[in-house]
Amino acid sequence: MKLREIAHSRTGDKGNTSNISVIAYDEGHYPLLLAQVTSARVRAHFAGVVEGEVVRYELPSIAALNFVMTQTLGGGVTRSLALDAHGKSLSSALLDLEIEDDLST
Amino acid sequence: MRLISRARVPVIARSASDEAIQLLTEVLDCFAEPVIGRACARPLARNDDGDGVRTIRIGSGAGYSGDRIEPAVELAEKGDIHYLVFECLGERTVALAQQSRMKNPDSGYDPLLEERMRAVLPICASKGIKIVTNMGAANPLAAARKTAEIARSLGLPSLKIAAVIGDEVLDACKDGDLPIMEFDGSIKQLGNRLLSANAYLGAEPIAQALTGGADIVITGRASDPALFLATMIHAFGWAMDDWNLLGQGTVAGHLLECAGQITGGYFADPGYKNIPDLARLGFPIGEVGEDGALVITKVAGSGGAVTAQTCKEQLLYEVHDPTRYLQPDVTADFSQVRVEEIARDRVRVSGGRGTERPATLKVSVGYVDSYIGEGQISYAGPGSLARGRLALEIVRERLKLTGVAASELRFDLIGVDALHGANLAARGNEPYEVRVRVAGRTENLREAVRIGNEVETLYTNGPAAGGGVFKSARDVVAVASVLLPRELARPQVHFVGG
Repeated sequence: MKLREIAHSRTGDKGNTSNISVIAYDEGHYPLLLAQVTSARVRAHFAGVVEGEVVRYELPSIAALNFVMTQTLGGGVTRSLALDAHGKSLSSALLDLEIEDDLST
Repeated sequence: MRLISRARVPVIARSASDEAIQLLTEVLDCFAEPVIGRACARPLARNDDGDGVRTIRIGSGAGYSGDRIEPAVELAEKGDIHYLVFECLGERTVALAQQSRMKNPDSGYDPLLEERMRAVLPICASKGIKIVTNMGAANPLAAARKTAEIARSLGLPSLKIAAVIGDEVLDACKDGDLPIMEFDGSIKQLGNRLLSANAYLGAEPIAQALTGGADIVITGRASDPALFLATMIHAFGWAMDDWNLLGQGTVAGHLLECAGQITGGYFADPGYKNIPDLARLGFPIGEVGEDGALVITKVAGSGGAVTAQTCKEQLLYEVHDPTRYLQPDVTADFSQVRVEEIARDRVRVSGGRGTERPATLKVSVGYVDSYIGEGQISYAGPGSLARGRLALEIVRERLKLTGVAASELRFDLIGVDALHGANLAARGNEPYEVRVRVAGRTENLREAVRIGNEVETLYTNGPAAGGGVFKSARDVVAVASVLLPRELARPQVHFVGG
């Protein structure tokens, strides 16, 4: 299944850094997120978009992950050539990530 | 722990009859006596739990400078609020406003200031609702004078209006030749491209203005959550070194600062996340107790929704390390925050904490970066994708052939790969229509214009059936950041008119 089936997401921007939250609809799915939505997978998913690193922060109290992606916004929101200079649309791309749902959690 | 507050900020009064500025440093003892009761024109509410904890209701009337105005009016009329906060200052807005101020010393504040103030002042004045806003942009004093003029014209001459100044730190930044955080280089290396440097001020001077009796407080660059935190510090007399309270207050401010983004805006995804009535989206209200207890809600009957999901999304919006959300007043820790729906459109948010504030203030540095030229043209129907790709190849070659001097170029097919690039675009199907977009960075306007021109000439020289050309060329004022030792920024409060 797609990540979209179990989580929602929002993108924020600061300079040339984008952050994307991934929040479980059902807190019971948090272990699935922890196991499968890794910074390495997110980095690979955004190959060609993220030029820096991807750091994952974990927020068990709200069953959410926060991915911070450096060198992602075309040199910075205020100077980017991109149509979506803020990268606001990136969260939707991440929700297209494939999740294995037959694992016991 | 040393107590940091207590009227440390100089207050400058400006009488209506005499324009002379009088320095009243240390005159107002903001927090020495309980301010509850005189903080607002009407008594503070008790919270719904009936435990006697004093509570204020803060409305968020704008999430950015161009935001809708009528939700703020709705908050003032029906929100039973004590404070109405307008956060209207984007990252580079101060730099652009500074350019405007250099041409006209009375300008440089938010272009919608008058429209917003005229819309809410009569209601706010009649209900005793205090207004806090960063609509002062590059010229809070001029904004305050303008607001006083508006108040007089509305028959409200007794409103007390304060401007918070002192966020302009260009000289201090130059003196220190501070390093730029985003790229290799320093302030001095920006040379005459440097436009502005504004420190993100904290809640202290705003709270002091409120405690000095201001009905309206207008700032320039200030931390967005601090606009809200100031109302709590003022109403409850929170100590400026009570890091956990300031951290929880920062959670409240952070959740409220983008207005509609917590009531269902920037959220809806049909079939997955449905939100009713976005055309009449209600803006949020934060109910904050003197112990930091927080409930996010909105006006009954307004559009949108406040749910655990909307609150969680906004909690992490523009946050990096959740254990260290750096603010002028506190290093806030969001990592233990809990979110709980307690009724329809009522969400309790608890667990915000904090540690000592940073020794530096973040400073937004505006500079002239470059110029951007751009052109777009559309293709539709069978073969449109191939024609769009052909068009891009033609423009790519033309820019080389004609020697357009661009340091960076971007070739997009809107509808295909413009937002997420070629790799992610490969997952999609062929679209019915595509829009070609070419953008490039140049050193001057003349070169920038040539980029759009090379797209426009596709009309008669490019693939079949291209239509709807758009072209533009503009200068780019960009923003970078430096960290300034906090003691080098000296906030002041000025009262105008009244």
